[in-house]
Amino acid sequence: MPETFTFYAFSAMAIIASTLVIGQRNPMYSVLLLIASFGALSALYIQLNAPFVAVAQIIIYAGAIMVLFLFVVMLLNAPREDAAEWDRSHPLQHPNIGRFGALLAALLVVQLAWALTKVSELETPVGARADGASVGSVLEMGRILFTRHTFAFEATSVLILVAMVGAVVLARREGSNQ
Amino acid sequence: MIPLSYYLIVSAVLFAIGTAGVFLRRNLITILLSIEIMLNAVNLSFVAFGRYAGDLDGQIITFFVMTVAAAEAAVGLALIIALFRHRESLNPDAFTSLKW
Repeated sequence: MPETFTFYAFSAMAIIASTLVIGQRNPMYSVLLLIASFGALSALYIQLNAPFVAVAQIIIYAGAIMVLFLFVVMLLNAPREDAAEWDRSHPLQHPNIGRFGALLAALLVVQLAWALTKVSELETPVGARADGASVGSVLEMGRILFTRHTFAFEATSVLILVAMVGAVVLARREGSNQ
Repeated sequence: MIPLSYYLIVSAVLFAIGTAGVFLRRNLITILLSIEIMLNAVNLSFVAFGRYAGDLDGQIITFFVMTVAAAEAAVGLALIIALFRHRESLNPDAFTSLKW
């Protein structure tokens, strides 16, 4: 069944790429691998009948945000991690903290597994209740966005303005305004 | 058809990977990338639930999450640049004092 196959293929791709992201020493490789992970997620969105989200994922995340990251990595001339020295000073190297962290991690896994088994109806196919045609269409999405969620949409514009001003102020070189 | 739980499991795994990245890595840029992984895991949950419930609200909120992620990346990277200028380091352990 092609649908099942694509789901497994792209899920595996997203998970493997994300794992490699946090396993890389060089931030440049991390950024590029994260773009691969976002591409796989975008394929999952298409499978979930959400083409607008899939395209936005590519344009906004892979296109804009990751390019911003790449620029900063290159701008800072990303120092390679001094692996040995950094790992020695890592808090998890302390045995007691490491044991406590392992306990909390195991707790998180148990919690997630418990929550996933507890929720009922989970075995029904994800598209069983959807009536199809209108779901995911950009027209319908725009209509809802500008009627029911107008306030949140307008608040978003203020958020972006504040973020823009904040970024300019923070990244400004001190004393360069004279 | 794929059951809803499969999507939720993928989302949970991605979120756990992001959490691990925040705790294990010693590079501010990689930590920000891990936060992006977590945001994306939550987005996947939202879209899967939206498809399951048969309405568009799941996709709408994904749109807002992306906007917040963009704002967060802009401010976070500006902070990293400002910190790097002072300390010439990306190790979070280098930034332990509030004032210097």
